[in-house]
Amino acid sequence: MAAEPTAQESRSRDLDKLLLRPGNLVGPNFEPGPALRDDLKEYGRVLVVGAGGLGCELLKDLALSGFRKLEVIDMDRIEVSNLNRQFLFRLEDVGKPKAEVAAKRVMERVSGVNIVPHFCRIEDKELEFYSKFSIIALGLDSIEARSYINSVACSFLEYDSDDSALEETSKPMVDGGTEGFQGHARVIVPGVTPCFECTIWLFPPQVKFPLCTLAETPRTAAHCIEYAHLIKWDEVHSGKAFDPDDPEHMKWVYNEATKRAELFGIPGVTYSLTQGVVKNIIPAIASTNAIISAACVLETLKIASGCSKTLSNYLTYNGAEGLHTEVTEFVKDKDCLVCGPGVLIQLDTSITLEKFIDLLKEHPKLLLSKASITHRGKSLYMQAPPVLEEMTRSNLSIPLFDLIGKIPKDVVHAIGTTTKNDKKTSCLRKLRVVFKGVDGIADMDTAGET
Amino acid sequence: MIRLFKVKEKQKEIKENVKEKGLVKKQSAGELRLHRDISELNLPKASEISFPNGKNDLMNFEVTIEPDEGYYTGGRFVFSFHVPIMYPHEAPKVKCETKIYHPNIDLEGNVCLNILREDWKPVLNINTVIYGLSHLFTQPNYEDPLNHEAADVLRDDPRLFVSNVRKAIDGRQWVGTDYFPGCN
Repeated sequence: MAAEPTAQESRSRDLDKLLLRPGNLVGPNFEPGPALRDDLKEYGRVLVVGAGGLGCELLKDLALSGFRKLEVIDMDRIEVSNLNRQFLFRLEDVGKPKAEVAAKRVMERVSGVNIVPHFCRIEDKELEFYSKFSIIALGLDSIEARSYINSVACSFLEYDSDDSALEETSKPMVDGGTEGFQGHARVIVPGVTPCFECTIWLFPPQVKFPLCTLAETPRTAAHCIEYAHLIKWDEVHSGKAFDPDDPEHMKWVYNEATKRAELFGIPGVTYSLTQGVVKNIIPAIASTNAIISAACVLETLKIASGCSKTLSNYLTYNGAEGLHTEVTEFVKDKDCLVCGPGVLIQLDTSITLEKFIDLLKEHPKLLLSKASITHRGKSLYMQAPPVLEEMTRSNLSIPLFDLIGKIPKDVVHAIGTTTKNDKKTSCLRKLRVVFKGVDGIADMDTAGET
Repeated sequence: MIRLFKVKEKQKEIKENVKEKGLVKKQSAGELRLHRDISELNLPKASEISFPNGKNDLMNFEVTIEPDEGYYTGGRFVFSFHVPIMYPHEAPKVKCETKIYHPNIDLEGNVCLNILREDWKPVLNINTVIYGLSHLFTQPNYEDPLNHEAADVLRDDPRLFVSNVRKAIDGRQWVGTDYFPGCN
């Protein structure tokens, strides 16, 4: 299948080498040809989460890799200190929403691409918003935000009755992260690769100083800053919450930290160190962002087009001394509460919560006694402590179907004890409950709040 | 996967109106782990837990400790717990809501307990923290003070310490430069 002559001159010349020619190392179902290039423009909808250092790079790289339908979400406004590496922003943009400026700048430079900006928190969007994208690319700096997007993406994943993941329900993610000269790029295909939660132990614990050290025996500039931030702030501003994004607050902490450092003869308190300690910031390096973003976008292109097998599944990069990269294949946690299948249970709509809890005792895959049940953060029944047992007891006589809002299928969680090798162990299980004889149309009745 | 995306896009146009899964917030892994901790609580005697926001917000709760031995016998101390989303990778945030005269708890309610900060590990749980707090009442420690004054008194004049603790619990009086409303 030879490339069309016009394609030679097109701006996608390099891309065409990947998309128009067959190969030996391609992904399954790869169908090279101009149709693929066109489909990528038409159907490859990518959401970029974060429009900071990585996000700017991701948007630019995606636009130049043939994706035309992009959206970007970020809650931050541009600050002067962003300008050295967040190259889509100019001095006159300071104070404007990052997502909006980034989208505008890329659209000005790359004709044909459409980028919809969303200036809001990721939690402000409904599940439906996330469901429309084919791939989600993450350029984030926090574990919390990654964990949130991961749980959203995994919530679309469905399993069949044999606990096999249904490919068409999997929402792939490509996650990038940088810290100084180091970075990572990983591919997350829920149901196939480990999800973010499967490998959450990869993150090192945060360093926290003992409060009494801060209060009594500060030895470093960071101790003085944390004293001002954690102890002095509350003493002076009774009840007012500290806002790390408020420059006035940060300035106050810096001033207090300076006073304290002088008192103890400790050097090194600066405004940028104060920001660094309080907000846990490590200086970002433009070239690391560029390298990690390139790896992420290449994976995005590979997932979408099948032009090559994807990274399997976690790339680490270290440019501190020379250059070191390595790919590690992490494995799924089969019991992962976020991406795992859980245990499938078919029920009649009339089954009460009490009967359901009884059923779990006899279910061969569970043998779970004294189960407490939760649904989407709500306590349906808690065996303990007594105060919660009392608050939830009245639910026992209500059908489970009604308690979860008359949804034909959903996930609930059970906490209870099982007996393994004559030893009682506690366990937390994900249960996929499916109600027999209910179609997809939700009943108009609302479930009784108890 | 582009073919898949194409198929999905087409399908979506057809069943535009079919309601997908609800738009309700998903339960985070941290919340699940906390539910487990709560359902398995084995509280030390003389302590109790309550949920001011009701049964559907377990991430914020209060623990009341009424020591039945040691310096603080007869007092009633309320601790507020806020459990972050990243629990158990992050420790719960605990504050003492009762004004207390204690070497390891300052007058703002900050608590110096190693497992709440530098020694927190994901294998620990809410129960361990509550045991740690009740330990502070039986074994106040003047070596890691947050309330320096109280620590000095405990070290240099234990009898005065006993009487100061009493005053602070009985309340409506000053201990040194601080006024205590009382908590018995």
